[in-house]
Amino acid sequence: MSDLAPWLEVVLRAAAVLAAFLVLPLLVGQTEHKVMAHMQGRLGPMYAGGFHGWAQLVADGVKFVQKEDITPARADRWVFRLAPFVALIPYLVALAVIPLSPRVVGARVDASVVLVLAVIGVGVVGTLMAGWASANKYSLLGAMRAAAQLVSYELPMVLAVASVALAAGTLSVVGIAEAWTPWWLLWQAPGAVVFLVSALAELQRPPFDMPLADSEIVFGAFTEYTGLRFAFFLLAEYAGIVVLSLLFAVLFLGGWAGPFEGWFGWLWTLLKGFLVAVVVIWLRVSWPRMREDQLQRLAWVWLVPMALLQVAITAVGVVVFP
Amino acid sequence: MTTRDIVFVAVGAVTALSALLSVTTKHVVHAALWLLVSLGSLAGAYLVLGQELVGLVQLLVYVGAIVVLVLFALMLTRAPIGPHAEIDTPAWQRVAGAVLGAATTILLASLLLPLFFGARADLDTAESLTPQVAQAIFGTWVWPFELLSVLLLVALIGAFAVSRLVLTREEAPTVRVTTHPSALADATQPAGERP
Repeated sequence: MSDLAPWLEVVLRAAAVLAAFLVLPLLVGQTEHKVMAHMQGRLGPMYAGGFHGWAQLVADGVKFVQKEDITPARADRWVFRLAPFVALIPYLVALAVIPLSPRVVGARVDASVVLVLAVIGVGVVGTLMAGWASANKYSLLGAMRAAAQLVSYELPMVLAVASVALAAGTLSVVGIAEAWTPWWLLWQAPGAVVFLVSALAELQRPPFDMPLADSEIVFGAFTEYTGLRFAFFLLAEYAGIVVLSLLFAVLFLGGWAGPFEGWFGWLWTLLKGFLVAVVVIWLRVSWPRMREDQLQRLAWVWLVPMALLQVAITAVGVVVFP
Repeated sequence: MTTRDIVFVAVGAVTALSALLSVTTKHVVHAALWLLVSLGSLAGAYLVLGQELVGLVQLLVYVGAIVVLVLFALMLTRAPIGPHAEIDTPAWQRVAGAVLGAATTILLASLLLPLFFGARADLDTAESLTPQVAQAIFGTWVWPFELLSVLLLVALIGAFAVSRLVLTREEAPTVRVTTHPSALADATQPAGERP
């Protein structure tokens, strides 16, 4: 792509990232419909689009566009209306720096792993804004739970990522995946578990969906939202699954490492990421929701010490077997 | 004037304006959100200057800090939506705050501006500075860095100990006099293990 004009290259790359951002979450959403249904002995959507209901989420999107965009009378208008974008855009930025192969990457950034962690953390501000600005007690409760949860789980996540960055000796996601060897599957296993669990918690997916808990607080911070703005929050959740699954695949499963990686590297990354996404869906179907104190206990009593231990193991490994 | 200059001026203006808004707005949550904009665009200013790692760490550290700040703002105040006259600060406090802020600004400016007035940096050939930053922190400045970590750890343990000590002293008599079933269930557990 280097023979194109710089501005054209930037536009093309941005368009490609945007297309991936719009398509991949829908793919994960449809997979969730189908995988959940079959795990529960159902069929899931079967009519929209004809073949096994493939167009169900497109139809959902059309429905959301047609709905009225309501801002509650007592809400803080601007904060309320901005919140969905603050929740959504960080994942778009994160997706731009996650590589599918050394050559298929939206934007080359040197310390890209720090960038991904930094922007993923911004997303929670959107939830907090939504919860406070809605002027609704359920929304506020949900936002407080979300913030408390994300602040707790960000630490083990950053430590798990620090461990692989330490093992690879670089802060670039591409560099980490290039340094990956199958040996890492054992060496970095505790870090991988910590990362997966804290990623689930960051996404507020079951069993970590206390902030949304529909049987207690309606739909948490998103209770007052309708139409497109609500759809943006849902899109943010599924884009989050895409981003964190791909990140897990690249950091802990070697990304494009596999047969014919020169040609099909991007396909390997996508397949591994998809597999992780299916595990995320699987966990939703098979685990009950955790209580708030259980959530905090898991983060501080189990994940943080595990992550610290992983960092220590990695440090010993790096020093002893350089 | 290069593109970089224009972008830097724009980012700097956003930083300054949002900082000003964050101290003049009358809503505590708006103040925190404007502070987030200000610190975020400060990270943008670092990026424009080619200090990628510093900018990203700024974002990573301060966004989390702002989230905690909003949480405390919500828990410690009533944080209503819309202006409320009865919880406004009185005029003399605002004047005192403005004077104090201006004094600090003048003090910092008179100290820092002469120090870096003629400084020039070549941004076009700047490479990744991550290894240099790491070298400086863990080489030259490793002892101050470790000392700071110990200080933070002591503060953390101190805060934890203070909150625990207060909790156990308050709880001990209530467990004995009350007959509420949940309190009885609590009494069977050691006081230190309550979540």
